[in-house]
Amino acid sequence: MIQSLGRYILLLRLSFRKPEKFQVYWAEVMREMVSAGIGSLGIIMIISVFIGAAVTIQTAFQLISPLIPKSVVGGITRDSMVLEFSPTISSLVLAGRIGSSMASQIGTMRVTEQIDALEIMGVNAPGYLISPKVIAGVTMFPLLVIVSILLGFAGGYIACFSSSEVTTHDFMVGLSDGFNPVIITVCMVKAVIFGFIITTICSYQGFYTKGGALEVGQSATRGVVYSCVMILMFDLIISRLFL
Amino acid sequence: MIEIQDIHKKFGDNEVLKGISSVFKPGVNNLIIGGSGSGKTTLLKCIVGLHEPSEGDVLFNGENFTDMGFEQRVPIRTHIGMLFQNSALFDSMTVEENIMFPLNLFTSQSKAEKRDRANFCLERVNLAGKNKLFPSELSGGMKKRVGIARAISMQPKYLFVDEPNSGLDPVTSILIDDLISELTVEYNMTTVVVTHDMNSVMGIGDHILFLHQGKKWWEGSNKEIAHTDNKELNEFVFASRFMRAAKAKL
Repeated sequence: MIQSLGRYILLLRLSFRKPEKFQVYWAEVMREMVSAGIGSLGIIMIISVFIGAAVTIQTAFQLISPLIPKSVVGGITRDSMVLEFSPTISSLVLAGRIGSSMASQIGTMRVTEQIDALEIMGVNAPGYLISPKVIAGVTMFPLLVIVSILLGFAGGYIACFSSSEVTTHDFMVGLSDGFNPVIITVCMVKAVIFGFIITTICSYQGFYTKGGALEVGQSATRGVVYSCVMILMFDLIISRLFL
Repeated sequence: MIEIQDIHKKFGDNEVLKGISSVFKPGVNNLIIGGSGSGKTTLLKCIVGLHEPSEGDVLFNGENFTDMGFEQRVPIRTHIGMLFQNSALFDSMTVEENIMFPLNLFTSQSKAEKRDRANFCLERVNLAGKNKLFPSELSGGMKKRVGIARAISMQPKYLFVDEPNSGLDPVTSILIDDLISELTVEYNMTTVVVTHDMNSVMGIGDHILFLHQGKKWWEGSNKEIAHTDNKELNEFVFASRFMRAAKAKL
């Protein structure tokens, strides 16, 4: 455990060494951003709309008291989406989508000697392979989370529109009532940290793959599982620190 | 010139290399041969720095490569070309991008100059016009040739080749061997080839290092190899029916 942590930290240090040529690295960063950002947009859009709608319906179902205004449903949906569902659930899904792809890509490069080829050429392989992924992760995750929040609200609106329990007007009023900007800060901090966790853990698992195709699959699985555990752990830590 | 001095390599308690020394000269084909598990590839990886030797030194033109850190090794590494057993081409790049990759990172050439160099290298390995293909669209022999083209793109002083003929038919194997040999002379490179293919040994083995059980067992040329009385080497050389038949005719 301690040995793995040490190797993880050393790998991160190597990953952020001065690049051989900034231009080549920049192109890689752009490629990874497109892959992580645009490539994940579809799944994020789908899950966010459904989560937003489901949260709204379930909240409305539980608030049956005539003493509680219906607009509270909007407020609870907003806080749930911003604080938990958009950053955390999206990151868990992205760990499966992006993380496994990163771990298996780097793992395959390891077992097919492509990483050896980079090292022979004098390229800092961790820097070339991992740093663009980390940069793409920490920049694209917050953007994806913002998209997720907005679509979650849209899902809630659709749920209100298609049912009679809460009106869309009450929902919209609830979204803006009692808004505390700190939840956006917490959300963005979570998105950046989760982006870092997924990209670094999965890259680490891929980079130290040994063996063949079977081990590449195992590395990808390990990367996703460890990322998910760390995401949930840091979710608690960040919530405790900021709220 | 590359000099290896008393190279030992241990993986845990398992000592794979037990004190190997030799000198690899430029302009000739230096072959490291031996049976499976004899330590050939481990020795090659120790020479190029993919493994750190447990003991001993590797000298590139007198400079001690083993003692150097990552940054210090980069100037030497830019003079190294290597062809891997499975070619190790970058899957996500085209043939041309693979060849231009080291040029992009380590030269300040214009795009047109890099493209010209890539075209020249492809022509040199008889693959002109295959620039836009991806590695997945190439045969095994073509991948090897692209690997060679990438290895020579920076006009290296040192060329390392790991099992160039594995998985290739005899005709393609000879083509690859001849290509390596021609390039070695053309660029006056110090070429080190790891192989267990006797066709390569007899065809291009100017200087041969035979490893057995992690030790240097024999050293000589392909002209001497068939006449040695070294038992283990004879067993290796004449293991194939073809070589035994050839020996019987001599």
